[in-house]
Amino acid sequence: MSIIHHPGDDFLVAYAAGDLAQAWSLLIATHIALCTACRSRTGDAEAIGGVFLSDEDPVEMSAGALDATLRRAMAMENDPAPPPVVLSGGTVPVLPEPLRGCAGADIDGLRWRPLGRNAEHIPLVSGQDGTVARLLRIPAGKPVPEHGHNGLELTMVLSGSFAANEMHFARGDVETADAEIEHQPLAAPGDDCICLAVTDAPLRFRGLFARLVQPLIGI
Amino acid sequence: MLRLGSDQNRAEDIAQDVFAQVWRKAVQFDPAKAAASTWIFTIARNLRIDTFRKENRPELDPNDPALVPDPPVRADVVVEQTQSAQRIRLALAELPDEQKQVVHMSFFEDKTHAEISAALEIPLGTVKSRIRLAFGRIRTELDDERRELNQ
Repeated sequence: MSIIHHPGDDFLVAYAAGDLAQAWSLLIATHIALCTACRSRTGDAEAIGGVFLSDEDPVEMSAGALDATLRRAMAMENDPAPPPVVLSGGTVPVLPEPLRGCAGADIDGLRWRPLGRNAEHIPLVSGQDGTVARLLRIPAGKPVPEHGHNGLELTMVLSGSFAANEMHFARGDVETADAEIEHQPLAAPGDDCICLAVTDAPLRFRGLFARLVQPLIGI
Repeated sequence: MLRLGSDQNRAEDIAQDVFAQVWRKAVQFDPAKAAASTWIFTIARNLRIDTFRKENRPELDPNDPALVPDPPVRADVVVEQTQSAQRIRLALAELPDEQKQVVHMSFFEDKTHAEISAALEIPLGTVKSRIRLAFGRIRTELDDERRELNQ
């Protein structure tokens, strides 16, 4: 079970540089929790930042800056450590961090909202720039309503699998779809498919019913 | 870091926070995993996101039971991180100016690819492909180094 479909290097580099909106960052961070290859690439990209940093010309700080810095460090000493996340009985969660923390629970503790055709979703992060991250649950063997994109969509599988454009996507795989792609992801039979989907523009659903409800569900 | 700040005082304020955190977190620093400059860069980057965007940066949790662990590294093949930095520096120096420029804007001007596209008046796809090309060349250098160490 190895991951075949990865996000583009442009996403990994932007994540390393700290330039991605929070919704994209959530997907990339969750992907590299499962994908050691992309984790290593992200580390390489961070090393570029390190080189830029060490090659910067030094800037003079004001008098007293060192004192102030040490006082801050001492003050941080008293910061409480974040409470450890308690997990039931040694099972491996379906949602890796940071996604689990963002959703507030692992897969069994979530409150899904109807999306039509028995699909469900949970909006997680909405950025001012229009980016949205949400969890999707597609019933086993069923399609996500056919949709095109006004912008870019990354969809990462967390549980189950789906097929789109004759490719198969399983846990950890990331599908990249842009404005040119009309796709109809189809969940594999057996288990429901649970995904993290991030878009930077509202989706264009093709069916009349889907178009009518689209403004209501705010997808 | 200072370039990212809106003014000198604000920038110095953040710089002090970065150094304070570096001191506080020094025990967590693992020289086998990253060069010190890389580690400090990540601390500065995260503070910048906290401060300017008022949001937390989503990051993996190394202690998460759902995390897929890194493959084991052969004990005799620990990459010399300062050597990697030198490789990156050489690769950067050899990049075409147009690629160097977008990489620098991405890492040091806190610009999204869309913002770089607007600032340089080039298509978004061009920004992304320049980033991918530049990163590809740098990774080729780093992979060469790993291969040499593996022999």
